[in-house]
Amino acid sequence: METLSVEGEHKNVKNSYQFTHKHILGIEQLSVADIFHILDTAISFKEISNRPIKKVPTLKGKTIINFFFEPSTRTRLSFEIAAKRMSADTFNIAASTSSATKGETLIDTARNLQAMNPDIIIIRHGSSGAPGLLARHVGASIINAGDGTHEHPSQALLDMMTVREHKGNIEGLKVAIVGDIAHSRVAHSDILGFTKLGAEVRVAGPATFMVPGLDKLGAHVCGSVAEAVTDADVVMALRIQKERQDDPLIPSLREYSQFYGINHDLLQKYARPDALIMHPGPINRGVEMNPDVADGQGSVILEQVTNGVAVRMALLYLVMGQEGSRGES
Amino acid sequence: MTTVKSIVLQNGRLLDPVTGVDVKGDLWIEDGVIVPARETIPDDSLVFDVQNKWIVPGLIDMHVHLREPGEEYKETIKSGTMAAAAGGFTAVACMPNTIPVNDCASVTRFIIEKAAKEGSARVYPVGAISKGSKGTGLAEYGELKEAGAVAVTDDGLPVFDSQLMRRAMEYAGSHDLLVVSHSEEMSLSQNGSMNEGVVSTRLGLRGIPAAAEAIMVYREIALAELTGQRTHIAHVSTAAASDLIAQAKAKGIRVTAETTPHYFTLTEEAVADYNTSAKMNPPLRTEADRQAIREGLQNGTFDAIATDHAPHSVLEKELEFDQAAYGIIGLETSLALSLALVRDGVIDELRMVELMSSAPARILKVAGGTLAEGAVGDVTVIDPEKKFVFTKELILSKGKNSPFLDWELQGKAVLTVMGGRITHTEL
Repeated sequence: METLSVEGEHKNVKNSYQFTHKHILGIEQLSVADIFHILDTAISFKEISNRPIKKVPTLKGKTIINFFFEPSTRTRLSFEIAAKRMSADTFNIAASTSSATKGETLIDTARNLQAMNPDIIIIRHGSSGAPGLLARHVGASIINAGDGTHEHPSQALLDMMTVREHKGNIEGLKVAIVGDIAHSRVAHSDILGFTKLGAEVRVAGPATFMVPGLDKLGAHVCGSVAEAVTDADVVMALRIQKERQDDPLIPSLREYSQFYGINHDLLQKYARPDALIMHPGPINRGVEMNPDVADGQGSVILEQVTNGVAVRMALLYLVMGQEGSRGES
Repeated sequence: MTTVKSIVLQNGRLLDPVTGVDVKGDLWIEDGVIVPARETIPDDSLVFDVQNKWIVPGLIDMHVHLREPGEEYKETIKSGTMAAAAGGFTAVACMPNTIPVNDCASVTRFIIEKAAKEGSARVYPVGAISKGSKGTGLAEYGELKEAGAVAVTDDGLPVFDSQLMRRAMEYAGSHDLLVVSHSEEMSLSQNGSMNEGVVSTRLGLRGIPAAAEAIMVYREIALAELTGQRTHIAHVSTAAASDLIAQAKAKGIRVTAETTPHYFTLTEEAVADYNTSAKMNPPLRTEADRQAIREGLQNGTFDAIATDHAPHSVLEKELEFDQAAYGIIGLETSLALSLALVRDGVIDELRMVELMSSAPARILKVAGGTLAEGAVGDVTVIDPEKKFVFTKELILSKGKNSPFLDWELQGKAVLTVMGGRITHTEL
């Protein structure tokens, strides 16, 4: 029997494929074909951002609400730029995280938004599962822009897009993710996404940054950063949360950077020479990643940000079911 | 609800763990008491033919939350005991985490008077261990006991201070009150939403490790040994805690324990897709834990099946998972789920009745738990074959927060008699 690579399978099914997701709640719900389709769509949209007039009428007349319960600069801006480049009308709502303090539940708020008939609600929320709750109670498409410690699908998609642009293929790559895996929705989505596309995902950090069952998600939990980074094609560091009073996860940032920070010597010694350096941002320079690495050879951190707009354009376009009307300009 | 002079149940299967009786026969209740069969049936008697049904001592749920006083929108003594009667229970012990907390005689008396007036089951109030369940200073156990409390607990919360727990056991012993422990090491559980494990990682929810229960169960056992007083461990969910209790019992320490239908029926997988009706504390655990709980029911580690019936309204449950309240209802599903244990061969019929009636009566030192002549006329008739779909519309509790919603269940209480009064009938 002929064995097909993941990419090969993707090409085989391409003709009969249809994107059917109304919501983007997580990478978990996406098939390999879905992911490739999103990435292919994103690549085709990327060029729009380089035009002198960065606007296509594709989502003209569509109403998109950015509903952010947690502070966010880049993700919110990225979604907003993506929506505006597609000519959608966008509105931003920043809300307090705790529905109890507002005196209105998330469902109530959502129903009120729904009454104004938006087409897409992009939600970031501190509670894992909040986007799914919203999806069950409103008619609009829901896009998860990060929920608790659960998922951040658009981030993982832009990571995959960036790696694919550089490496051509994700299957067989060794991807190292270093940092607070337990509390990172980015890591969670990246583990699911990269392993779906056939990469080997290694995670590393102190045991306080690990949770049970990471192996079941598909990750290989490494005992040291050196082990994770050995022969790695991609090295990603996660932002270390400076403020965490209730749970003593690490003794100090100083010690963390010494044992788990990504620096030039480590990469030189263990990683492949052409390894890509990634970070979901914002970077604590000198903590999880040294400046010479962040700004150095192999760093694609700013490309991640650029691709973020393209991926989000693709998501907005695909959940609206606009297939076939692409190419209008 | 009917009160008649006598009730005669004919041709049933009589099951009494106290006397070891398992025979086909009749049961007579007269003036609220179980009496020997007479030659002729008096004219004003209610007679039921209960062929192919079981006649068991009225079921007793030693761990429920009736929410009254203070949270009547979630449950009242009236609605909660109606749910109890429908589930085959003739008595319930209600936890003190009401508003105000049942930490004094006046609240205990309120509950007892309300139950006498509006209740469809006997209600045994459980008082607080500490004033306001705040974890400092003992509540007035002497007065609580005189008012009718049968035990003390700060349930909903653990007693963090070990010295306070020691004193509670000693002082409760002097008043012949049982101490009930909600065993949770809160610096470990950290307001987690579900069991810590593969599923919590997949869902991105903060987990509660099994160790949070085991650590506190071990402390209670050590204190029970130190004080020599009887101590009851509530709602055990883990294999680890089950092991500790079995060891303590083997050493002769005066500890008893209960578990719930949800721990022997469900696992953490029930939480999948953020179902807040599967959120409770302690949380649903792993399959290995579930198996250990079933084993503990079989080998005598557990003395009782209780429900931890915890009604909430949609206000507390239609929320983000981590912000939703802990707790599920249980009174109307407990019997069917326990009967499934019998069908699965985990326990036999007499053992089930022991776990759901005789043992709770013995541990709480209350009436019932036997069909012996002269015993209180609290009797449940069970149709072990009757199938029903547990729909929202069927639920008598004000809370609809059940993970068993729309399950097809087998086995139902078809007649519940409390002190000679019919509190529920499907005959």
